[in-house]
Amino acid sequence: MSVSTTSTTGSPAKLAMERTGRTGFSRTQFVAFLIMVVIIAVAPLVLYPVFLMNVLCAALFACAFNLLIGYVGLLSFGHAAFFGMGAYVTAWTAKTWGLSAELSILAGGATGALLGLALGWLAIRRQGIYFAMITLALAQMVYFFCVEAPFTGGEDGIQQVPRAPLFGFISLNDDRAMYAVTAVIFLAGFLLIHRIVHSPFGWVLKSIRENEPRATSLGYRTDDYKLIAFVLSAGLAGIAGGTKALVFGIATLTDVLYTTSGDVVLMTLLGGLGTIFGPVSGALVVKAMENYLAPFGAWVTVTQGAIFVVCVLAFRRGIIGELGALLKLSL
Amino acid sequence: MLMILHRPLAAWLSQLVLGLQNGAFYAMLSLGLAIIFGMLNIINFAHGAMFMMGAFATWMLANYIGIGYFPSLILAPLIVGFLGLLLEKTVISRLYKLDHLYGLLLTFGLALVIEGLFRNAYGSSGLPYAPPGALQGATNLGFMYMPNYRGWVVGVALVVCLATWVVIEKTRLGATLRAATENAALVQAFGVNVPRLISLTYAGGVALAALAGVLAAPIYSVNPDMGSGLINTVFAVVVIGGMGSILGSVITGFMLGLIEGLTKVLYPEGSGAVIFLVMVIVLLAKPRGLFGKAA
Repeated sequence: MSVSTTSTTGSPAKLAMERTGRTGFSRTQFVAFLIMVVIIAVAPLVLYPVFLMNVLCAALFACAFNLLIGYVGLLSFGHAAFFGMGAYVTAWTAKTWGLSAELSILAGGATGALLGLALGWLAIRRQGIYFAMITLALAQMVYFFCVEAPFTGGEDGIQQVPRAPLFGFISLNDDRAMYAVTAVIFLAGFLLIHRIVHSPFGWVLKSIRENEPRATSLGYRTDDYKLIAFVLSAGLAGIAGGTKALVFGIATLTDVLYTTSGDVVLMTLLGGLGTIFGPVSGALVVKAMENYLAPFGAWVTVTQGAIFVVCVLAFRRGIIGELGALLKLSL
Repeated sequence: MLMILHRPLAAWLSQLVLGLQNGAFYAMLSLGLAIIFGMLNIINFAHGAMFMMGAFATWMLANYIGIGYFPSLILAPLIVGFLGLLLEKTVISRLYKLDHLYGLLLTFGLALVIEGLFRNAYGSSGLPYAPPGALQGATNLGFMYMPNYRGWVVGVALVVCLATWVVIEKTRLGATLRAATENAALVQAFGVNVPRLISLTYAGGVALAALAGVLAAPIYSVNPDMGSGLINTVFAVVVIGGMGSILGSVITGFMLGLIEGLTKVLYPEGSGAVIFLVMVIVLLAKPRGLFGKAA
């Protein structure tokens, strides 16, 4: 399976030779990263913080998803399961047990990872289109579970989730404080994914994407690598969902619905599969669109569908991929 | 009254018929998906939207031009099949050289566009469509009352699935089709217009989905989301059956409808998830699917 991902600087060999420090960043990527940090720091002065937190959670979700599609070549159509269950567990532990913010979010992430271990173990038995269909179907099963299970609150979801104090003493009721926490979680997740991708482990993942039989013949247990990548991706998706649950104080069935899985595919595809900054920019565009087109009802869906079609037909490298190709940089 | 596993026999029988009816829809939809996949190597995510359009076409024919149910059985699949033909010619045909996954993403986008447009025009509350008088009521079979329309759905689906199987396995056209599935370039060299064959295959698969939509119109309320709920289940059916065999998709479809129906009697809460559970078991025991070919 080979979803063509962007290697904008030409051959992989040249990519490898690019000067990347211990962080795995090239100089341009480091500059771009600094610009992103500055934007994240300044943005709440201009824009509504809750909207920005929504974008950051979606961006982390998309980065986690990109770890699979962009670097292992696995298209999961069921990532809503990990995002949504993360949101439910964070909301439930914060509300019922009164866990502090960081513990409830970690609980959400752990739930995502465990669920990822179970579903991933099943899904990696098949490749390509079947993998996508299986993940979709398994996520649908999780959805049915959430509809029936008592702790999710059914159609109502879990509402009025308190933003418990961070570490038990830093209040998060102020949106600025919550924003800072969300920003730190996003940046930590972003750097972790970047580190994973540029580790020896990450290179094996990329070799599986390019040519799985070859990787197998070189002695790598490709199934183990795929499963570990799946669990990492699912865990980070759970953290993104948990953070979102605390930001909005609510976890609902929408978070586990397959449309959420479609959303994250769209964000990543639009931003650029297999690029570092693509999922982030894709998340920004998609969430901004949802926000500003909301008064037009179902036109949001139509626009999202149209973007899918245009991306696949004419724009397969996505925003950042095209930008990188234009500037001859790997972003 | 006779009881089986503490449930009355009548409940078993009525869920059995309901299960067969749902199985009829699974069979027709997964059959269309399998045909399209065999020829185009694309998983048609827009299949649910096509099903929905079949139901809407039926409703529109009745409410705008006054055309009844039985002509719609032919007309609606033709209309939707033609739309499918246009989509294949203009959009989908550009993807054949790319990875399969792009086909999935593209048709997913198409489904969003189609469903969004219908939601804008008709809302999502659903429109009523009455079954034709001839098919209303129920027949006393001696041991149970059989709702006529359910029997009709199962009967039509069986006939159509069988006819599709005969066309593909027993006719010259089907032989060409199967040959083109194996090796398109070679068949083209023999003078067959393969791109046209591909377009017609897509239109045919889509028409099957639309026919299922016509059958569904009097049962479910006609609404823009009726297809997207169903298609997820049908994907699980496809994974269970494997897409290698026509008869396999039909059998799997009916079988899973039955299993789902019987679960409704024993454990109603689990009926939504049981097909997915079967999928998990099949994945563990036979990852290629019940009727799947070795890769």
